[in-house]
Amino acid sequence: MNQYGMLSQLLDVVMALLLAPLLTGWLNQWRALLQNRSAPDLIQPYKVLHKLFFKESVIADHASPLFRMVPYLVFGCMTLASAIIPMLSTDLPLAPAADAIALVGLFAIARTFISLAAMDIGTAFGSLGARREMLIGFLAEPALLTVLFTSSLITRSTSLTSMVTSMSHNSFAIYPSLAFAGIAFVMVSLAENARIPVDNPATHLELTMIHEALILEYSGRHLALMEWAASLKLFAYSCIGLAIFFPWGVSTSASPLALMMALPVLVVKLAIGGALVAVIETLSAKMRIFRVPEFLATAFMLAVMGMLVHFLLGA
Amino acid sequence: MLVVLTVWLAIGTFGVLALHRFALVAKVFFPMGAAASLVLCVAAASAMGGAAEVAELPFGLPGLNFHLRLDSLSALFLMVLGGVTTGVSLFAAGYFRKGEGTPPGLLCLQYHLFLASMALVVLADDAYVFMVMWETMALSSFFLVTANHRIAEIRQAGYLYLLLAHVGAIAILLCFGVLQANSGDYTFNNMRAQHLSPFWASIAFLLALFGFGAKAGILPLHVWLPEAHPAAPSPVSALMSGVMLKTAVYGLLRVTFDLLSVQLWWWGVLLLSVGLLTALFGVVFSAVQVDMKRLLAYSSIENIGLIMVGMGLSLLFYAYHMSALAALALAAALYHVASHAAFKSLLFVCTGSVLHATGERNLGRLGGLIRYTPWVAWLSLIGALASAGLPPLGGFVSEWLLLQSFLFTPGLPNSFLNMLIPVVAAAIALIAALAGYTMVKFFGVIFLGRPREEKLAQAHDAGTLEKIGMLWLVAISILLGLMPSQILKAISPVIKQLSLFDLSPSIAANAWWLLAPISVARASYGPVIFLLGVAASCTLAYILVRLFYHGRLRRSAPWDCGYPLQNARMQDTAEGFGQPIRQIFEPFFRMERELPSPFDAQPRYRVLVEDPLWYWLYLPIARWVERISQWVGMLQKGRIAVYLLYSFLTLVALLLMAKQ
Repeated sequence: MNQYGMLSQLLDVVMALLLAPLLTGWLNQWRALLQNRSAPDLIQPYKVLHKLFFKESVIADHASPLFRMVPYLVFGCMTLASAIIPMLSTDLPLAPAADAIALVGLFAIARTFISLAAMDIGTAFGSLGARREMLIGFLAEPALLTVLFTSSLITRSTSLTSMVTSMSHNSFAIYPSLAFAGIAFVMVSLAENARIPVDNPATHLELTMIHEALILEYSGRHLALMEWAASLKLFAYSCIGLAIFFPWGVSTSASPLALMMALPVLVVKLAIGGALVAVIETLSAKMRIFRVPEFLATAFMLAVMGMLVHFLLGA
Repeated sequence: MLVVLTVWLAIGTFGVLALHRFALVAKVFFPMGAAASLVLCVAAASAMGGAAEVAELPFGLPGLNFHLRLDSLSALFLMVLGGVTTGVSLFAAGYFRKGEGTPPGLLCLQYHLFLASMALVVLADDAYVFMVMWETMALSSFFLVTANHRIAEIRQAGYLYLLLAHVGAIAILLCFGVLQANSGDYTFNNMRAQHLSPFWASIAFLLALFGFGAKAGILPLHVWLPEAHPAAPSPVSALMSGVMLKTAVYGLLRVTFDLLSVQLWWWGVLLLSVGLLTALFGVVFSAVQVDMKRLLAYSSIENIGLIMVGMGLSLLFYAYHMSALAALALAAALYHVASHAAFKSLLFVCTGSVLHATGERNLGRLGGLIRYTPWVAWLSLIGALASAGLPPLGGFVSEWLLLQSFLFTPGLPNSFLNMLIPVVAAAIALIAALAGYTMVKFFGVIFLGRPREEKLAQAHDAGTLEKIGMLWLVAISILLGLMPSQILKAISPVIKQLSLFDLSPSIAANAWWLLAPISVARASYGPVIFLLGVAASCTLAYILVRLFYHGRLRRSAPWDCGYPLQNARMQDTAEGFGQPIRQIFEPFFRMERELPSPFDAQPRYRVLVEDPLWYWLYLPIARWVERISQWVGMLQKGRIAVYLLYSFLTLVALLLMAKQ
């Protein structure tokens, strides 16, 4: 750890906070483009956040302190998550505090508290959303962990930074196990970030909504924090995927030059990844809610198969 | 150590003398018991790591003195016992009310006898003391379970518990019989010296697994748990789930790692698979329960399963002489013993407070209590989060250690096991995530939302003593979560005693806030930094939002998409919350459903979820027992002449045998 280490840590967090709404805006643009609609502004998410922060918050009469605490907590969890994921560099002083398993635990805290806050008001939609969110969570969480296990078995470490370091040092090799894990990861990320085919981020007031049902009672600054946390989550998931499956370009030192090199590479990777997600979302239809467990169970099975393939082929 | 036990027994006796003087018993005797527990905890902590102390008490039969021994393993379980009972006794002081079943003085005796017998089970150094104390423990807890013995269901639950406890005790007795290998000496020292053949060692292991498993609640022997826990008063459920189940874990550890001189690899596989099935079964059933204490009882089954998985893995590594990994898996199991003891007793005492405040155990009649009983709600939130295995609390540390030891598995000489065991890690991840689902249901339905019944608005918060008891247990849970490397260093003598590998140097090599049992590059976890990171970013976000924008807030009616005419009955119920689990894991359950038809004037929906093992296993056995006892019953004629004939025939038969 040196002053550059601190610098890269700070840069990591600030970049994630600033770029996350942009990724959401980029994705929305591509979706609109692919669906022959005229697209919203690229910086529309920032405008929305700014507007929401200025509005006053309206909360239910009987909301408990838990309800007001949760937006900050969820936002804090996502910020910490973006601090421990090696996005630009693997020299992160905070990284030893949480490995891949603790990272999944961090996402689990956020999910648990969002669901609890949704149940707090005691409306029909809120508790419905909480139940569905936990349903997706309990299937997606082990699938995500298993994906991470597969790569940690390859790299013999569960620390995210050493995983990325040893992956990017390997010469270009195709791991069949990672192919399975990769498909599973994409499926899990779609489900966890409320994208089609599991949930539709563009609709509101649908009986099948999940994410929207959870944050239905929030307004003003609380809603802004929740929305920002949601785009941070999308950003974090994209970066985990890039770090595990396409680690090339992440710098292993924290010198300013290396960080400057890593930033454009990351932006290009994220831009391509975002466009691909938009393509997937456009090509698939939203599933019935009862089909979601099958979808996620498939992801879980694929991840487990990835692990088995690793043992069968030793790669 | 013995002083504490004497104090406990003395308190119990005083309790009998003051049979009906409620205030004295509650406000003086129980807090005194709590103080004694604290002393026990500290004394045990100081004995940890030291040489084993041996004592011989002149009790029992002539020539058969009580042998007691305090080594690191006993000290660990005594620490758990002392630490948890300090909180539970304080809570109990505020909990027990006048005029409910057993008189308070008698309850006080049973309670302290229960505590003393658990401590002596852990201290016992020969099979006699062990069995006598094991039985005392079973009987005293039976009387505690049936404290409200005027209710028929409670009597039934108590009977089922007693029955399974005794079936288990017989197996343990037989196990000790095998272990002493015909030498006639039942001290544990003698058992350690015996070298059993692999066949007899396996018999002893299987008997121990069955006997201790019946107490711990592993898979087919779990049926008493979900019946006995709801029946018992909450502090008693807390002790049974938090501590008594752990004495069974202690027994199994003592027999397999200490008394038996050989360990075979397939024992580990057996323990691992039984543990995994138990955990999965427990968590799936706990997700669909509608009675809050039954839900927690099934969750205890799950946690015991996880402990068994850790022990099984450790045994497997140990049998292959990979002692570093055996130590890691054992550390996970022992850590889970401690953290489960803390958070499960906390959750059980919280249900006790809810029960007193509302008189309801059914989740469908609760809701919104966070507004009426904030103390209970916030404290049980911490328990629920620990139980869901979320960082930075105690439950996560043990889960983390367990997953780490699974990911190290490659390297076993058996390639088939090598391949399958990391897959078990995926199943553990699933179980942990389901536990999170269950805990959101538990906390959300009881404390959040709007009250489902009118009377809940009158609910009152816990009393002072109850609060102190709960705070103590919360403190243990948080401490277990934040200080894993200190605690692991403290219990490393136990791990060294059992697995012959010392974890402490590799733990001590890192900074105090970092837990990295193998190396930092391999895996590390720093809960304090983790907590500070979350707390700092939350506070920063709060300050910045307030600084740059404003803090304006308006209260109004909930929006809920603008639908008017919603009431509290339209919230998700406990049944509704369990519905996805019922659907996904349908083969696990035996369900009876009654759906209303469209033409019903008064539509009713009813669903009953039952345990299929009850029908597949227990009822057939019960039928057989009944049939056989009818045959045996034919011997009973009720006439003295016939009985004299029986005695005569027996005598003749014995004489003939003696002559040969």
